[in-house]
Amino acid sequence: MLKNTVLPFGPQHPVLPEPVHLDLELKDEKVVKAVPSIGYVHRGLEKLVEKRDFQQYVYVAERVCGICSFGHSWGYSKVVEKLMKIEVPKRAEYLRTIWHELSRIHSHLLWLGLAADAMGFESLFMQSWRLRELVLDIFEATTGGRVIFSACKVGGVRRDLNAGQVKLFKDNLALLRKDLQTIAPTFLKDKTVALRLKGVGVLTAEDAHAFGCVGPMARASGLMEDYRLYDEGGAYKELGFKPVLERAGDCYARVAVRIGELYQSLNLIGAALDNLPEGEIAVRPMGFPAVGECFTRVEQPRGEAIYYVKGNGTKNLERFKLRTPTNANIPALVKMLAGCDLADVPNIILTIDPCISCTER
Amino acid sequence: MSYFTKSPWLIHYDGSSCNGCDIEVLACLTPLYDVERFGIVNTGNPKHADIFLVTGGVNTQNLPVVRQIYEQMPEPHVVVAVGTCACSGGVFRECYNMLGGMDRAIPVDVYVPGCAARPESIIDGVVKALGILEEKAKKLAEKKAEGGTNGAVG
Repeated sequence: MLKNTVLPFGPQHPVLPEPVHLDLELKDEKVVKAVPSIGYVHRGLEKLVEKRDFQQYVYVAERVCGICSFGHSWGYSKVVEKLMKIEVPKRAEYLRTIWHELSRIHSHLLWLGLAADAMGFESLFMQSWRLRELVLDIFEATTGGRVIFSACKVGGVRRDLNAGQVKLFKDNLALLRKDLQTIAPTFLKDKTVALRLKGVGVLTAEDAHAFGCVGPMARASGLMEDYRLYDEGGAYKELGFKPVLERAGDCYARVAVRIGELYQSLNLIGAALDNLPEGEIAVRPMGFPAVGECFTRVEQPRGEAIYYVKGNGTKNLERFKLRTPTNANIPALVKMLAGCDLADVPNIILTIDPCISCTER
Repeated sequence: MSYFTKSPWLIHYDGSSCNGCDIEVLACLTPLYDVERFGIVNTGNPKHADIFLVTGGVNTQNLPVVRQIYEQMPEPHVVVAVGTCACSGGVFRECYNMLGGMDRAIPVDVYVPGCAARPESIIDGVVKALGILEEKAKKLAEKKAEGGTNGAVG
């Protein structure tokens, strides 16, 4: 009898924009076991909190990841605000919600493109990324940056929207919705896509719960896991937020959840722009973070992220800790990879939407 | 640029960056900027690549991987360091495990600053790299004509 083959996957692999390494133990074409090893993007930025003061650190927190950059700066600001007992103005909360949902659209479109690329559907990859540029145009017009834009700070936001920018928002998002209606059916109704994704990498609701899955991955298995439902910050409660759920738990369901969330985010942004309250966009933080510890959560495009800080009464925080969604989803990924076909490995890895630079920080 | 008989192919690797520059590198290839119309292809194989687009300030675990990709690329080749982290270490310069700049890992030909580097400046950097690639190719051809074929150039 032949011994099992061990196939190294990554760190440099065409399907991954980021380095992660997996040892795939194969029996013929079937994966028996997958052993992930990480650390290629570890920068140790949590420790930088000792060298930067609490207001400067927003820029570092934002660079945890270039894709969900706004979410991380929001999460960090939110937890420091909680520690310092700062009340954020209503307008700032709405603006944060708007930019965060816009980041979600940009992240999901980027992901849809990469997923299409992984299954070999090159033109769909290009089309998804073309749509994404409409979102980046809004970021650039409203904040000046394309992917990292430093709009959030402790106490509020740095930029306000004027009437012209609101109009640009609405025009671009209307265009985006129109184009999305031509692309989304290709993902959801096309026969080749369905053949490639249906029944692949199935994760049952019980497994998803047992492995502690978060975000679209848990929602595709039918778990009602969305922190936006309980969010004390942001404008989700007032906008009447309802999570997108699927039951099948395969790669196809994970695509469907993300496409559903694209439409949902478009609706949320539209409602937030219509109900944008007047007033200040930031308050000045007085003094330094108090002695004590605090944690909070933010629903990132990939799932729930947990932020923890410990203050010691000086301008530098003592500790900043971040639990990212990909970190929570990797155990379930290892479970799904065991027993799958080798050709499905790129698809399964991508449908958890791995963000390695978040995971390793 | 008389030398080029084919479009340059590039390989991209994330050398411990935050992703921002990596998605901008990919954005160069997609419809808005679309360098693929000039036949520039993002290949996954270092042995097919002429240009190495590398982002991030390199941590100790990633160092051997970056070096290995660099060494697998055939001569002549150029290295473009994309983003402030790859140029100098950027915001992560003081982190405990970062080397602080791509030039501490491999020889760099072109530096593209920006956090994240904009697609326009990445394309500009690649155009600069093409000039350097041509010079290197010329030197390599001269060396071949002299008879010494196995020396590295540049």
